[in-house]
Amino acid sequence: MHREFVMGNEAIALGALAAGVNLVAGYPGTPSTEVLETVSARRTEATYVEWSVNEKAGMEVAAGAAYAGARSMVTMKQVGLNVASDPLMSLAYIGVKGGMVVMVADDPGPISSQTEQDTRTFAAYSKLPVFDPTGVQEAYDMIQEAFAFSEKHHTPVLFRPTTRICHGYASIDVKDPEDYVRNNPEGFVKGPNWVIFPRLSFANHKKIEERNVAIGEEFSSYARNVLLPASGTFSGCRKGIATHGISFDYTMENLEQGNSPRLLKIVTPFPFPEQLAVEFLNGLDEVLCIEELDPVIERALIYVCGKYHLNVKICGKLTGHVASSGENSIESVAASLKKFFGSAFAKTDIIDISDAPPLPVRPPVLCAGCPHRAAFYAVKCAAKGQKALYSGDIGCYTLGNAMPLDMTDTCLCMGAGITLAQGIGRIEPDTLCFSFTGDSTFFASGMTGIVNAFYNQANMTAVILDNSTTAMTGHQPHPGTGKTMMGEIVEKVSIEKVLHAIGLETVETVNPLDLPLAIETVKRVSAQPGVKAIIFRSPCVAITRPKGCAAIDPDACINCKRCIRELGCPGIVLDGGTVAIDPSLCTGCGLCAQVCPVHAIENGGVQNE
Amino acid sequence: MSKNVLLCGVGGQGTVLSSKLLAAAAMAKGIPVLTAETIGMAQRGGSVTSHLRMGENMYSPLIGKGQADLLLAFEPGEAVRNLPYLKKGGIVVTNTRPVRPVTGTLTGVDYTGMEMVDFLKAKARRVIVVDGDQAAADLSSSRVLNVVLLGAAVESGVLAITKEDIRAAILAKIAPRFHELNMRAIDYIKTEENENHEDQ
Repeated sequence: MHREFVMGNEAIALGALAAGVNLVAGYPGTPSTEVLETVSARRTEATYVEWSVNEKAGMEVAAGAAYAGARSMVTMKQVGLNVASDPLMSLAYIGVKGGMVVMVADDPGPISSQTEQDTRTFAAYSKLPVFDPTGVQEAYDMIQEAFAFSEKHHTPVLFRPTTRICHGYASIDVKDPEDYVRNNPEGFVKGPNWVIFPRLSFANHKKIEERNVAIGEEFSSYARNVLLPASGTFSGCRKGIATHGISFDYTMENLEQGNSPRLLKIVTPFPFPEQLAVEFLNGLDEVLCIEELDPVIERALIYVCGKYHLNVKICGKLTGHVASSGENSIESVAASLKKFFGSAFAKTDIIDISDAPPLPVRPPVLCAGCPHRAAFYAVKCAAKGQKALYSGDIGCYTLGNAMPLDMTDTCLCMGAGITLAQGIGRIEPDTLCFSFTGDSTFFASGMTGIVNAFYNQANMTAVILDNSTTAMTGHQPHPGTGKTMMGEIVEKVSIEKVLHAIGLETVETVNPLDLPLAIETVKRVSAQPGVKAIIFRSPCVAITRPKGCAAIDPDACINCKRCIRELGCPGIVLDGGTVAIDPSLCTGCGLCAQVCPVHAIENGGVQNE
Repeated sequence: MSKNVLLCGVGGQGTVLSSKLLAAAAMAKGIPVLTAETIGMAQRGGSVTSHLRMGENMYSPLIGKGQADLLLAFEPGEAVRNLPYLKKGGIVVTNTRPVRPVTGTLTGVDYTGMEMVDFLKAKARRVIVVDGDQAAADLSSSRVLNVVLLGAAVESGVLAITKEDIRAAILAKIAPRFHELNMRAIDYIKTEENENHEDQ
C-alpha cells in the first residue's frame, strides 16, 4: 500500500488493475477517457488493452473475454452506452463467467456532452446492478468490489461516476502491484447458455427478476450505503436527507460535524436497497433528495413509501427543491437545504461582481493553424452563392459552427452528419449537401452511413476531415493511425480504400492548407452526381511541430482585417488597432497568407514545401 | 479545516502545472489534497480554473463560492470572473497582462487589464499584483509565468507551504533541463502590494 495523488479516472483504472483485470476495451469520450489511458500506462503483463472502433465493439470484446472467465472492463461516456446498448441489453440476459464492469461516465451540466442522461436509469432499464461512487478513494475501492460482485452473481455490472468524480484529484491509498489479484482465466467452456434464444431469454428473465430482489437486500447491508444518524441540534428532527455521488460531498460541505440531520448515502441505486431505506424513513416526516440528472433515489423512496405504507413526504427535483437539469454545486445544495429546512446552515459572504467591467467572452474555438479551419473555409468559398447544407458531426470540428466560419448547420450524434444530410437532401433536392466527418468518427460510425447513402442513391458530398488522430478527447489512436494501445505498429486502415470498396467512384484527397487546390477540388467534386467523397488530410496541430510563424509586412498591410473577418484564427490579433500575428500561437499554416488580398502576410512555410 | 486555492487563467497558461506543484508540495508534507480541473471542450484560449484544497475533513474537490483563501489569477479578467470564490479577507495574486480573445478582436470589445486590477483592489482586502510582461522580460522567458505567480502566492504566507517546498516539488516534477529557469522564476518577486482595509 502506498499513497498517490491521482485523478478519479486514474483511481478507477488502478482499482481495476488491482482487481486483476485481464482485458480493457473502450472508446474515448469525455469524461471517461483517462480510465483506459491509465490502464494502458500502468498495466501489468496480464492485461490486454485496446481502443475499440466504437463502444458496441468494445462492449462485445469485453463480454467475450468475460465469457472465457477473464475479468474485463469496457469504458465509455454516457452517450457511448447508447451505441453499446444493443449488446448490453442482451448480455444482461446471458450473463458472464468472469467479472465484467461496464464503466460509464455521466456528465451532469452537461459540460461536454449532447445529453444529460442518467446511467442509473439505464441500470434499472437493463436490470443490471449499478455502483455510483462519491469520491476518488471510494471509486478505487468500490471498483474492486464491483468485479467480485459481478463474478459472484454472474452478471455484468455498471460502474457510473460523474464528471466531478472522474476529473477530481485526491491523495489516496493504493495497492502495490505485488498485491494485485492474479486472475487466470479458465477459457471459454461451450454450453447451451451462451446462445440467446427466446426460450433461454424467458427462463433467464425470471431468474434476473428474482436475483435483483435478492441483490436489493444484499445492498441494504453493503457497507458503502450509509445511514448517518441525526446529531446535535438535529437530534429528534423529523426531516432527513438522501443523496449520492458528488452531491453527497456538496451536502457534507454544508453540514457541521456533530450537528447534522439524518442522512442516507446511496451508492447502489439499482437494485434499490429497500430495507435500508425503510430504516432511514422510519420516524421521519419529510426527506430531501439531493441528486444530479434523474430523480432516481427520489422516485425509489416514493415507491418505498407506497409499498410499505409510510407517511413520509419525499422532496427533491419533482417538488422543485433541486434543479431539474444541470449540475449541483456547494452553493446550489446550500440553497436546496435552506428551502427544505427553512434556515441556512452556514452563512457565506460572496463578493458581488455585478458592477465589474465587461468581462472577455472566451468561447471554445478551433486552434490557431487547425486544418479544419482551412477545410471549412475551402468548402465555404467553393459553395458560395449556392444553396448548401453543412451537416456536421461530433469532434473538434463541431466548432466549425462558430463565427466567422459558420459552417455547421446540424450536429446530432456520432456519424449522424452523413445520414442527416441524406434525409435533408431527399426533401430538398435542390440543396448542395455536404457532410463533415472526422477520421475517428468515420471509423466509429460513419462507414455504415456512407454505405446507406451509396446504396440508396443519395446525392451528396461526404467530406472526411482526416487529422490522423482522435483530437477532441486528447489524441487517441484509431484504425487509420497505424498504432494500437498495446504499442504495436500495424497496417493503417485506408479511408480511400474503404470508400472505393463501398463503390464510390470519386474519392479525392487534398491538403486543405493548399487553399486554391482545395477550393477547386470541392467545386469539381461536388458538381458530380451521386455520392462522392473529399478527404481533407492534414495532421492535428496539437501533435505536430509548428511549420514556422507568419509575419505581416506593415508597409504592405492595408489593415482591411479580411484575414480576421474571414478566418477567426486566434493567432491573428489586433494590436493597438493594427493586425498582428501572435507568435506564441501561430503555427505557420499559411492559410491567412492565401486570404490576404494584398499579399502582406509572409506565408508560414506551406507554399515553400 | 482546509486551505482553499482557486487558480484561474486562460487555457495554455500553465494553471494545471501550478496546481500540480502546489499539490505535490502539500503531499510531501503529508497534507491531504483534493483538486479539480476543467478538462474537455475548454482547450487553448478558453477560461480555465483549477480548484485546490489541502487539509482535513474535506469532501468536495471543488471550492464553494466565498471559500477560497487565495485566488491565484494568471489573467486579470479571469481574476474578476472568479472573484466570487474568494473568502472575505482572502488574498488575490494576479498577473496584469490580459489575454484578449479572438472574439474581442472581431467585436471590438477590449480591455487593458488595469481596469480589472483596479476592480480587484476595490473589492478584495489584499491584492498582490505581478507585472507578467516585466517578469517575462527579466527572466527572458514567458513560459515560467506560472511559477513566478506561484512564488508570489507562497510569499504571501497564506498557505502552509514554503518556497523550499515548491523548489522540492519542481525538482521532483519538472524535467532537469528546465530546473534552473524555474528556480529563478520561483525566486523572482516583484510585487506591488495593495493592502486595502487592513483591519476588516
